[in-house]
Amino acid sequence: MDYRIIEKEVRGLLETVCDPEIPVLSVIDLGIIRKIETETDSVVVALTPTYSGCPALEAIILDVYNTLRKAGYGNVQVRTELSPAWTTDWISEKGKDKLKAFGIAPPLPGQPVCHTRAFHEEEAIPCPRCNSYDTRLISRFGSTPCKALYQCRTCQEPFDYFKCH
Amino acid sequence: MRRDQHIHYLLHLADDSLILGHRNSEWTGHGPILEQDIALSNISLDLIGQARNLYQYAARLVNRERGMKEKVLPGVKVSGEVSEDTLAYFRDSRDYKNCLLVEQPNGDWGKTVLRQFLFSAFQFLLYDRLKQRDDQQVAAIAEKSIKEVAYHLRWSSEWVIRLGDGTAESHRRMRHALEDLWLFTGELFVAAPYEQELLAEGYGADLSSCRLPWEDTILETLARAGLFPPEDGTSNGSAHTGSAIMTRSRAGGKEGQHTEHLGYLLAEMQFLQRAYPGCEW
Ligand SMILES: [Zn+2]
Repeated sequence: MDYRIIEKEVRGLLETVCDPEIPVLSVIDLGIIRKIETETDSVVVALTPTYSGCPALEAIILDVYNTLRKAGYGNVQVRTELSPAWTTDWISEKGKDKLKAFGIAPPLPGQPVCHTRAFHEEEAIPCPRCNSYDTRLISRFGSTPCKALYQCRTCQEPFDYFKCH
Repeated sequence: MRRDQHIHYLLHLADDSLILGHRNSEWTGHGPILEQDIALSNISLDLIGQARNLYQYAARLVNRERGMKEKVLPGVKVSGEVSEDTLAYFRDSRDYKNCLLVEQPNGDWGKTVLRQFLFSAFQFLLYDRLKQRDDQQVAAIAEKSIKEVAYHLRWSSEWVIRLGDGTAESHRRMRHALEDLWLFTGELFVAAPYEQELLAEGYGADLSSCRLPWEDTILETLARAGLFPPEDGTSNGSAHTGSAIMTRSRAGGKEGQHTEHLGYLLAEMQFLQRAYPGCEW
């Protein structure tokens, strides 16, 4: 039995498990799967939460478990690992494209830690609809912990930004 | 390291986050505008999530050793294994080890954001130290949480500046909030016995090393807000001995001696589990 084949199959199954709050992203796109360990009839998946209090985490764990059980894996364990801490840099390029197509501005690369200084100027976030850089921050916190709320001055549309983390 | 002291320390860290998270959540549905209601609710989620990670770790340590539950949770009359829920819902006020600052009532929006600012500035420094310490699980939680705390700190700093440097009314309210809350900040830097013991063995954080950088952050933001801390002797060297505020400076929360406010908070937070133990929804 080649474990790499099983691992590949598990990975393929996880591509079908989506974040309930951003249904266009799979858990693989999100970059939260840290480890897949397989034995003859068992599989252990380690995943890392995006935010400590992310309400979607429990649903994701359950979905991963059910998906693997349904695919015939007898002994499935899903556990969480906190370190190293998840960062938006782990969202795949494909995932970033999907976010943009969904109307959510993807995180800018390479600045995963929020600057603590008040009113610190951020890099401009391009509008996911018209690509204009003439946008403004409405709120640092959006409809879920991972998003901030912006508005485009060019097309006037408000949009979510998947903020750097 | 004595396991009971270790557990007390974890409960202290968790209680700080849970109680502040719960306080903030009292604004959910009542925020001044929708975006800020959502912002504060998100901060609550982060804090409660951090508390859960710490409680889960503490529960594992309690369950690992026979007799530990009776030793560290004498007031908890729940049979079977201890869980994060046991720790949050079945301890009384005297068993809670949060600092007094986080249990203070919300007051108006200004007081709520100021409380968040005073605490986040401290928590940022604390987690920055804990993420490099020997306790790997605490280090992992700190490494995870500090990125969230950075957001809380910036968000609350901006509100302190906006309101302190806003209208005459908002400035007046911020001054009052500062007078109300300042006397609870000294406690952040006073190590409880379990913290002293851990520190001596290379665990936990040296709170005295947090103090000066905390003051720098606070004073810089307050200056931008046109506000000044009341003189209370919590600043190094600038103590006005005999000042009325200084003698009112308060501590004790970390060892279970709380202001009356915590009891009311717990009565609300714990009601369901106390009335229907173990119920799920
Ligand atoms: Zn646009």
